[in-house]
This record gives sequence, C-alpha cells and structure tokens, in this order.
Amino acid sequence: MNVTTSAQTRRGFLASATAGAIAVTLAPSSLLAAPEQVAAEMKKLFGDKKLIEGKIKLDLPSIAENGLVVPLNFEVESPMTEKDYVKAVHFFAEGNPNPNVANYFFTPMSPKASAQLRIRLAQTQNIVAVAEMSNGEIYTAKKEVKVTIGGCGG
Amino acid sequence: MTTQPTPRVRMPATAKAGEVVEVKTLISHEMESGQRKDKEGKLIPRKIIKQFTATFNGREIMKADWHGAISANPYQSFFVRVPESGTFVFSWIDDDGSVYKAEQKVTVG
Repeated sequence: MNVTTSAQTRRGFLASATAGAIAVTLAPSSLLAAPEQVAAEMKKLFGDKKLIEGKIKLDLPSIAENGLVVPLNFEVESPMTEKDYVKAVHFFAEGNPNPNVANYFFTPMSPKASAQLRIRLAQTQNIVAVAEMSNGEIYTAKKEVKVTIGGCGG
Repeated sequence: MTTQPTPRVRMPATAKAGEVVEVKTLISHEMESGQRKDKEGKLIPRKIIKQFTATFNGREIMKADWHGAISANPYQSFFVRVPESGTFVFSWIDDDGSVYKAEQKVTVG
C-alpha cells in the first residue's frame, strides 16, 4: 500500500515538472503565431467540441530545406456518401505570422477528402489539421516540420 | 509581376462512368503574402488568390479558402468522380476580385 502511494506521488511530481518545462519552451518569442493563437482560431471554429485524434493522414516532409515551398498532402478517412462525409479540413501553422493556412470544404460529390498543395513556413513548427465530419465529429492531426530556410520576407 | 495569371489543368478527357480521376492544377500568381517589406521598409500589400472552386455541370465538388501561407504559383491536386459526360469548371478568385477560370470537358465512353 505504501509503495503504491509513493509511486503515485513520484509520477505526479514528474508530470507537473514536465508540464512546467513545456510551458517554458512555449513562451512567445516573437510576433509569429504561437500555438495559443492556433488554439484561439480553433476555438472560434469549433467552440468547446471534443477533438479526437486520428482519421487524418497528414503528409509533410520532416525536414524542409526551403520554407517557401513545402508540399502538404492529406487524406481523411471517410466513405464520402450523402450520409457520411467530410465537410471541411482546416490547416493551421503554429509558427507563421498568420496561423491560418487553408480551409478545404468538401461535398458528397467529392470522391475523396484529399488534396495536395504547397505551403510557406516561416520557421520550424507544427502544422495542425482539423477535419469536420458531417455527423459533427472533429478529428485532428499534427506534424512537425523542421525548416532550414524560412519562407517569409527575405 | 504584371503578367496575367494563367491557370493550367491536367486531367483525363475520357473516363468510365463513375470513375475517380485525379485533377492537377497550377496557376501562375505571385501570392504576395502581405508580410514582405519593400526597399523603403514599407509593407507590400497582400495580393493572393483567396479561393479555389471546382464544379461539375454546375454542382459544387469542393472549394478551398487560401491564406498567405500558400506558396507562389499555387499547385493543387485532388480527386473528382465522373458520373456522366460533362464539364468541370475550376475557378481561382483573386484578392482584387478577378476570377480566373479553366474548363475541361470529360466524355464518358
């Protein structure tokens, strides 16, 4: 009994220590969009709805040599029928001056909720994808891209 | 850049009924993000293509809202179903209100 309690406290301590470390690394350092800004944009769109991880295949390079042209490829799992389809897929960049990247809107006329595009990234950052399904469920995915040369100004 | 943006679309001209085909699109456009500064340090105003739409025989298939983070000369590929013979229309809408259009007839054979 004693052992369990001490293990729990230790875990609790470790968890709070990690949370503290993350908070420090996320401190805003410049004018660029912070993860909090992305969170705010997402809140505007989805309110307090639950975000479920999964269903989105988000394909981006792990390392982008040129931030001006970074290929982004996505596909959301869905049968794409009148009753069950992907309504929208939104993309956000946590380290760009403007957190919005693109918003895709699909209809049951689309055979796949999938597209390939090219985006600009100012620095190494996370790209967040959020998919809205016709039944109201919301899925999300995240991918980090390391950028060697930024894609803003010059 | 002062040249008129030219859209280019590549997709098959014939398909089987109900077939899913890939559409590849490209349009020449500087996609000025509104973040860059000129030599005097003044911000260059934003001028991008803000929306893309795809329709088949007048019905909407998909549309996309683009922001400053979309690369210059935006390339995009996606999928469409060809239910019957008809015309696909792709439109790019510029910040200044101009609309650039491309049409592709597809025959079901």
